[in-house]
Amino acid sequence: MLFMLSVVALIAFTGASAEGLGPFIPKAKGEQCVEPTQVMRERHWEFILHQRDETVHKGIRTTRHSLKNCLECHVQPDEEGRFPRSSEPTHFCTNCHVFAGIRIDCFECHADRPHEAYGAISRHSRLSLNDMFRKRPVR
Amino acid sequence: MSLGLTRREFLQGAGAAGALTLAPGVFLYAKDPEAPVTDAVRWGLLVDTRLCQEDCNACVDACNEEHNLQDLGRPETDAQWIRKLTVRDPLGGRTISLPMMCQHCENPPCVDVCPTGASFRREDGIVLVDKHTCIGCRYCMMACPYKARSFIHENLTEQLPDAPRGKGCVESCTLCVHKVDAGENTTACAEACHKDGHQAILFGDLNDPDSEISKRIREFGATQIRADLGLNTGVRYQNL
Amino acid sequence: MSIASTRYATLDAGRNYWGLLAVLAGVVLAGFAGFLHLEHEGHWITGMNNQVVWGIPHVFAVFLIVAASGALNVASIASVFGQVAYKPLARLSGLLAAALLSGGLAILVLDLGRPDRLIVAMTYYNFKSIFAWNIFLYTGLLAVIAVYLFVLFQPALARWTRAAGIMALLWRLILTTGTGAIFGFLVARQGYDAAIMAPLFIIMSFSFGTAVFLLVLAAACRGSGRVLGDALLFRLKNLLAVFVSAVLYFVLAYHLTNLYATEHHGFEAFILNFESLYSKLFWLGQVGLGSLLPLALFYSPKTRNCRVSTLVGASLVIIGGLIQMYVIIIGGQAYPLVLFPGMEESSSFYDGVVASYVPSFWEFLLGITGVGIGLILTVAGLGALDILPEDLSDPKPAS
Repeated sequence: MLFMLSVVALIAFTGASAEGLGPFIPKAKGEQCVEPTQVMRERHWEFILHQRDETVHKGIRTTRHSLKNCLECHVQPDEEGRFPRSSEPTHFCTNCHVFAGIRIDCFECHADRPHEAYGAISRHSRLSLNDMFRKRPVR
Repeated sequence: MSLGLTRREFLQGAGAAGALTLAPGVFLYAKDPEAPVTDAVRWGLLVDTRLCQEDCNACVDACNEEHNLQDLGRPETDAQWIRKLTVRDPLGGRTISLPMMCQHCENPPCVDVCPTGASFRREDGIVLVDKHTCIGCRYCMMACPYKARSFIHENLTEQLPDAPRGKGCVESCTLCVHKVDAGENTTACAEACHKDGHQAILFGDLNDPDSEISKRIREFGATQIRADLGLNTGVRYQNL
Repeated sequence: MSIASTRYATLDAGRNYWGLLAVLAGVVLAGFAGFLHLEHEGHWITGMNNQVVWGIPHVFAVFLIVAASGALNVASIASVFGQVAYKPLARLSGLLAAALLSGGLAILVLDLGRPDRLIVAMTYYNFKSIFAWNIFLYTGLLAVIAVYLFVLFQPALARWTRAAGIMALLWRLILTTGTGAIFGFLVARQGYDAAIMAPLFIIMSFSFGTAVFLLVLAAACRGSGRVLGDALLFRLKNLLAVFVSAVLYFVLAYHLTNLYATEHHGFEAFILNFESLYSKLFWLGQVGLGSLLPLALFYSPKTRNCRVSTLVGASLVIIGGLIQMYVIIIGGQAYPLVLFPGMEESSSFYDGVVASYVPSFWEFLLGITGVGIGLILTVAGLGALDILPEDLSDPKPAS
């Protein structure tokens, strides 16, 4: 356990993954995450947890720190246009969490792919005010 | 928004009227995604049972599709957020058909009994289960007078982005909260009923005296199911 | 047999003792494996469904929790009401209560849809929920019993015995009130929504708890070669007989009140007309087997001084108690909710029809596991601590 923690700490603080020691990190959409990479590595769960309560209880649907928004950029189709599932090692969240040995149960309930993966169900990519705001550049 | 106003100013200006017009005839209730919901609105449904057809299941089908409620071939444990109820008067035999779902009470028994506070009522009147804190004790199902809740008895897959659901938690009609928050001003069931030409289900703001739902309730009256319990339901029925 | 002269000893850890512990451990382990399977598959492998949401596990759990409260009877009578004859048994009373409560609580937790979120149940509270109160009442009782036992074990603290006993008595009365109120507070269900549920559960706890105590005491004495005097055993039997009668009285009051209100006739017919399964269980199981037969055994001149009859009677009270729980918990849910009084309802979601419930093996396993946990804690406690007096024979008449 201690070993695991130190590995995680090593990756978080030195960015060791770039040198091949850490998990394979699938390529994301866009240039920059909603927070600096180092901040996300250390605190992404805080952001998601906070957003979770804000959204569920208060209806605050900002996308900056939402789980859906994570998936929008970080879960991308392969060459054949297929989106990885959370059960597969090529899934962004799964990959790192398996490496870090921390079980997450988000995808027991939540969709594990971005909206566009559900192309067949076009009703779910409807135009809404939120969608309009989603296209704003991230502050 | 290109007029130099910030989004919030724009919405506040429009929000005073409660709605903004995107195109003639198309209204969107504007909710700033950054602002919490308030009790200035109270969302509800009005069901006219005279317009509801007994052989029509469009609202149920639409709900199942919207939230991907699958038929697992086990009717006793399969989730039903909305169901068609047939009510027959033994005296004379008059039969009516109506959709039954979470009644979004102002004083919900499910919220009272929930040990962790996972069952809760949003400021705008929508009763929800926070599935992150639901421990699956099912006391809310014992308490609900409308049998509106379902327990998820098995592992689920293929959930939709707007309808997270999973094993071991209790769930029920969310009044299509994802559509409400997106400003769509309707629910899957109301939409489907409208599309089928029956128009038996109307969604709207019960707090706004000028909303269609308020006007109709004012003019024709509407009843609560189990009004004797004093729950002040957000779903009202006409011609019961 | 004064308190000062009472000497306590652990059970001898012979082959029988370890054998019993091993059997119980096997039950608990099997139960835990069953739990893992249930947790993995989800509740569809049980008979519970969206109509009957609480099943056999809850029957066992509520029975054990109610019986735990009642197992403290002897402690209360000894420490609060000063009955000297029961004082040597106060330790066993406390231990048994804590053990049964733990077993019942374990079932409730293992049956949760998300048992992995136990930490959520302990960190998020809705204080309007009787369930949330009960979490404090149940864990609190364990703490109160621990204090009570600690005081009993320290001769220096003897003057605090009564205070600790009063605390335990009040706490368990509130606890059983809370357990009954789980059902009493369900405003919409025809079979519940009755204030009498709370006192009914209290009197049920007296009855079931005394029956369990009597049997455990007799078994522990027999197993450890101690003599259990007739006077003590029959005294417990007489107490139990009063409690069994009292339960019958409360059940009668409950049904009579319901019968007076026409709106409840549907539910009353369901329980009383001898047609539904629940009605047959009520009359044959709860009333006949669980109440009248034991009363006959306890009071009839031929059997009232017979040790075997006493033990059989106490066993019947336990069986009848489980059946009573089944009728209350399952029967109350099986009867359809009335959405439109006076109308006939039907739907694809079992409106207007009696819900079916066929318990599965996994649920029974969970229930038995709770019993196993209660017993293994009792046996382990008897083996590790000086709980049981060395001599429980009748006091010799003064010469």
